[in-house]
Amino acid sequence: MPVILWSDALVFLLLAAGGIGAWYVRRHEHLLLPWRRVARSATALVSLLVLSLFLAVGLLDTLHYRAALPGQQSGEAVYSPEVLSVFDKLIEPLRTHTEKTYSAPLAVALYAKESVADTRGNVLREYPRLRYGGAHLADVSQRDGDVAKRALFGALAGLMAGLLIALASVWRLLPSPASGRGAGGEGSQSKYLSPESSLRSTSLSPTLSRLRERGLPLFSMLVATLVIAALIGAVANLATVYHVLGTDKVGQDVLYLSLKSIRTGLIIGTVTTLVTLPLALLLGIAAGYFRGWIDDVIQYIYTVLSSIPSVLLIAAAVLMMQVAIETHPHWFDTAASRADLRLVFLCLVLGMTSWTGLCRLLRGETLKLREMEYIQAAQSFGVSSLRILVRHIVPNVMHIILIALVMDFSALVLAEAVLSYVGVGVDPSMISFGTMINAARLEMGREPMVWWALAAAFGFMLVLVLAANLFADAVRDAFDPRLNRTEGAA
Amino acid sequence: MNTLSPSPSPASGGGESLLNVQGLVTQLRNGARIVDDISFTIKAGETFALLGESGCGKSMTALSLLRLLPDGVTHAGGTAQMDGVELFGLQEREMREVRGGRIAMIFQEPGLSLNPVLTVGQQIAEVLALRQDLHGVAAQQRGVELLDQVGIPDAQRRIAEYPFQLSGGMKQRVMIAMALAGQPELLVADEPTTALDVTIQAQVLQLLRDTQAASGMALMLITHDLGVVAEMAHQVGVMYAGQIVEQASRAQLLAQPLHPYTQKLFAALPDMTRRNQPLAAIPGNVPPLGGGMRGCRFAPRCDKAWALCGEQAPDWTVVAEGQGVRCHLYADGGSHVGWVERSDTHHLLNAGDGYRCAPPILPASLLQVSDLHVHFPIRKGILQRVVGQVKAVDGVSLEIAQGRTLALVGESGCGKTTLGKALLQLIQPTAGSVRFAGHELIGLNGNELRARRAAMQMVFQDPYASLNPKMRVAEILEEGMAALNIGGSSAARQAHIDTLLDQVGLARAAKWRYPHEFSGGQRQRIAIARALAVSPQLLICDEPTSALDVSVQAQIINLLKTLQQELNLSYLFITHNLAVVDYLAHEVCVMYQGRIVERGTTDEVLHAPKHAYTKTLLAAVPVIRSAQRNPLNTAPSSVAG
Amino acid sequence: MLAYLIRRIFYAVPILIGVNLLTFALFFVVNTPDDMARMQLGIKRVTPEAIEKWKQQRGYDKPLLLNSTAGGAGKITDTIFWQKSASMFVLDFGYSDDGRSISREIQTRMMPSLAIALPTFMIGLVVYVSFALLMTLFRTTALDMAGVALCVLLMSVSGLFYIIGGQFVVSKLWHLAPISGYAGGADSFKFVALPIVIGVAGGIGSSSRWYRTIFLEEIGKDYVRTARAKGLSELAVLFRHVLKNAMIPILTGVVVVIPLLFMGSLLTESFFGIPGLGSYTIDAINAQDFSVVRAMVFLGSLLYIAGLILTDISYTVVDPRVRLS
Repeated sequence: MPVILWSDALVFLLLAAGGIGAWYVRRHEHLLLPWRRVARSATALVSLLVLSLFLAVGLLDTLHYRAALPGQQSGEAVYSPEVLSVFDKLIEPLRTHTEKTYSAPLAVALYAKESVADTRGNVLREYPRLRYGGAHLADVSQRDGDVAKRALFGALAGLMAGLLIALASVWRLLPSPASGRGAGGEGSQSKYLSPESSLRSTSLSPTLSRLRERGLPLFSMLVATLVIAALIGAVANLATVYHVLGTDKVGQDVLYLSLKSIRTGLIIGTVTTLVTLPLALLLGIAAGYFRGWIDDVIQYIYTVLSSIPSVLLIAAAVLMMQVAIETHPHWFDTAASRADLRLVFLCLVLGMTSWTGLCRLLRGETLKLREMEYIQAAQSFGVSSLRILVRHIVPNVMHIILIALVMDFSALVLAEAVLSYVGVGVDPSMISFGTMINAARLEMGREPMVWWALAAAFGFMLVLVLAANLFADAVRDAFDPRLNRTEGAA
Repeated sequence: MNTLSPSPSPASGGGESLLNVQGLVTQLRNGARIVDDISFTIKAGETFALLGESGCGKSMTALSLLRLLPDGVTHAGGTAQMDGVELFGLQEREMREVRGGRIAMIFQEPGLSLNPVLTVGQQIAEVLALRQDLHGVAAQQRGVELLDQVGIPDAQRRIAEYPFQLSGGMKQRVMIAMALAGQPELLVADEPTTALDVTIQAQVLQLLRDTQAASGMALMLITHDLGVVAEMAHQVGVMYAGQIVEQASRAQLLAQPLHPYTQKLFAALPDMTRRNQPLAAIPGNVPPLGGGMRGCRFAPRCDKAWALCGEQAPDWTVVAEGQGVRCHLYADGGSHVGWVERSDTHHLLNAGDGYRCAPPILPASLLQVSDLHVHFPIRKGILQRVVGQVKAVDGVSLEIAQGRTLALVGESGCGKTTLGKALLQLIQPTAGSVRFAGHELIGLNGNELRARRAAMQMVFQDPYASLNPKMRVAEILEEGMAALNIGGSSAARQAHIDTLLDQVGLARAAKWRYPHEFSGGQRQRIAIARALAVSPQLLICDEPTSALDVSVQAQIINLLKTLQQELNLSYLFITHNLAVVDYLAHEVCVMYQGRIVERGTTDEVLHAPKHAYTKTLLAAVPVIRSAQRNPLNTAPSSVAG
Repeated sequence: MLAYLIRRIFYAVPILIGVNLLTFALFFVVNTPDDMARMQLGIKRVTPEAIEKWKQQRGYDKPLLLNSTAGGAGKITDTIFWQKSASMFVLDFGYSDDGRSISREIQTRMMPSLAIALPTFMIGLVVYVSFALLMTLFRTTALDMAGVALCVLLMSVSGLFYIIGGQFVVSKLWHLAPISGYAGGADSFKFVALPIVIGVAGGIGSSSRWYRTIFLEEIGKDYVRTARAKGLSELAVLFRHVLKNAMIPILTGVVVVIPLLFMGSLLTESFFGIPGLGSYTIDAINAQDFSVVRAMVFLGSLLYIAGLILTDISYTVVDPRVRLS
């Protein structure tokens, strides 16, 4: 039975908005122009590749369902109370292979000694073997060789897959598909299968050079695709029989937790914009355009909100939200929906506290724009204020909104971890980078230290945020009108 | 390249050669040359003017010499010898001795070129400490002397002030004082008066001449203004698209410009004597910076070009003593010089047709403004109480008749733009009456006003700010029709848009494009078409040509004149450019501090002014062709113009 | 100028009133005191009597805005709003759940917070500005590129990582400083050194990059070209001209946080066990001590508004255009 949680619905809404936006941009050459500039930057494309992988994981993890419980005699199906996602199903072994407690990355035994009774009834203190991690090995000493072998095979398989993907996408980007493919099925078939020869072949090289002329950094993209594909291949191959990043206190696979955290991070980073964007846009341009008392009121509202230190405001709001959730348990039918609603509320609170900055920016820009002569030309035609806002102001502040949104994304992902630490973040039962760090932090004092959960959470977060930051930089460079004057004038 | 260096003019041979530039090339990172093989010589005590339109590379030439090129622009060849010292061979440390010491520079925007958080005295003292080792009280004293020298009243007080407390003209004087503090041998002045009003311009130019006379320094004057050249220069280099296309002494250039481009620049200037004929506009646009091309760079816009011009770049040809030109016409000893004058007229007009004279009978009055006031409150104090009024427009009355042009002349800040916007009810007038075709506009509500809006439209100053960059041309033109609900069906509107584009001389295909694909002149045509879309009777043109190059300005003025004849339009032409007024207007109002101080027909006001302000204004305008005025009388006697 | 300052202070009053009303709405209207009592006492087995007792202990057993049973001024003063919200204007924050005076608590905890936050702020400012100036000096070279790349990397790392990583390396591996704790007087140095270093390091990425952008913006302006045309060296241009002008945008972001330094940092204080206002807040959040959180929200915005006024004053120092007009 498919389940659509609140956050899922919002993600779908965002996805639809993004799709419509992309479609609209594609149809307008001048809107496409800055994106072309983005596409010319190697770092932007590589970070976009990384981001889209994260996005794919997040989206798969958003398609929720409740599995039907087996063995029901009546026609009425009974569903498990546990809400799963398509992604859970895809990586089922990771989810179900839970150990007893901590184990190090790629370990075959638990992290702590336990009392084990041997066949003769003697009680020994030893590291017990894991239930799943390396269980296929007869002898623990084989582990290193096995790990290396599996990693290598996985990487090679990933490399091949990566090559195929790269080739297929070059094919897709063919500006005139008829010219290359019309030569006959056999020829193109062989080209498709042997990448080395086809790269050198005559029909493909003009395509590549044409793509290069468009300024696409093909080489960096190829290298990035191959490296990422190889990495995914190696990890995937290892993950079937090992805990690549170890397990946590209750024996859950850390890789699984890290992957599941992605969705939480992405939702915090994106759904929040659903709150900030309309508020900031509406109030910002209204204040800037109408001025007078409307401006005074809006300025007053955002000064009041921004004068409260944001952590404190968030803390206060989340505390109150907790009270509401605790005192109304009947609102939720499953634990997942309760955690989910708390996530949505968190986004709402974050949005309510973070729209003021963008609003101030938009107000300032609108103040500048309203003095522009094309606005006055419109006014001298008697064009209505609403129409001026929609046709003149909004299109000319879109770049600010876009830059602000991509810049905010990484800040929000980082904020989630801090808020969860402070205790005003996501529901403790929800898997997120913040809850992972929070749980692992308590084991800091342990000797030897349990470092892998922390490392995994920080590592995944770093990759996500770094990719987002680099992409945001490229977007800002491409959209900032101050930086591309010459191109506009030419 | 086999460039011949322009030989020095013997007429000014008394001076020692101070700066000798040979084959200067400056390029962008991608190899595009924005200064391409420039050679010239400046003699001590002489004024060398570099004349050219925007984007021709004249500022970059100056910055190259000081080695102050912005990031991304590099010196890529050529030499610059100053008294035998090769500037491009100096260490950066040695070059710093040259900057501000031997060569000083002043810039176009005095408001931006001074550090806003340092006092005038501090900024001058910096130079004094560096060049003359003067500090403390000595520097202060010398600073006051310098300010006195550049004509700043009450220098003792001004030296402790910040730039924002000074007017634009004073700031430029401070810049000059700062330059003089290093006692330079050469002062490079990059459009020093472009940002200033014409009366201030006259003062600053006079100051430069006086200073030069007193100190004997050479002046390299960069300008786009032929008038300034005519008043200031001994030698002139005309630049086009990164090259010097003609070089001559001022007298030679004014008497007989050789290069077709220079000739056209002169012919494109509006003035009264041409009132009944179209201006000789140069078709097309100034080519973009660093756009490489084969052949002569002016060939695409030149009506004397023949096949060779498109294929081979012309070499430097010395035509007369001290006059050289980069043009094929003069290559073989001037065998082509006896060309047949081809039609000079704009493509919209039939050659030789000319303009009709203004109708002799005075038609009925279209717009009547009486005693119009626009005041802005000044708020002060803790409670922001209104303590006074800025009287931007202070009791203005005027009338415009059907099919006539009224010019509103005044300097910046006199309230002329505010007046224009108040007429359109874009700014709420404080008091007075604006009657259009007999109907009072002030006090109308939204709908009543909308019904009247179509009749009166505005063309704005800055063609880059007056078109929404996110809208296609068709959408821009349609906006007014849609808002005022005229033009009928969508198909009818599209047909109307095609007609409009024809009228303003743009291709019909232009309507699917976005503003950024057009040049400044083309954008101004779109802006005019937008205003015409709702079939107005009166156009308020707010400095419609002041942001355009001279050659393009002529195109737009011709267009406006043609449209007036075809459509019987009335214009309120707001401008500070008296030459344009003389050419275009039937009547003139002179505005000063919110009031109209003089009004009358163009001939009366411009040729027999009564009010003292009008006289000052007229006296300040640089005169190009008059032989009576000798701008060189203050220059050193060795330099005989 | 004085009128300008008085006006700014005057503007602060309605904003504080707004904050006060907002917190009141958040803490007493969104959820009623009954809800809070039920939540704190455990939802399942809670009797009406227990709720009443809980409310009475905290003074929440009064009407919200208007007490119709009381007489005279009591109609207004004998209410939750007057006693819990409006009283904060005179810095009377009431008592925490464990019965201690919040105002007293704030006074004693301010100093440890300041002992960490102030040095972090000052050292940080010097480090970030110097680093940004260096990048600006070497702009368009590989050095600047590397600097920016480093900044982006550093700002992509979670703030928690700096603390946890720093504690692990410095305290656990190298044993250079105690992991956590605090002592007053001369001993305090060894406790505050590590939090300060980590605090400074954590801000390098974003702050330096921000300052670099400001410097680059200034360096593209015309007056810088004038300064170079005078023959000044690049260093003189940077320090005499660019830095002085860049102070204006820098102050906008910097001065406003100075009063907030009293509040300390939630994360740093909690990880290092510093008995400051930051850890006080975190403890209150975890214990769901609403009166403390409410007090901190009001104090925070009070200090922020003080920061805004300080910013305005600082403009008059660095910007003659503000000072003289």
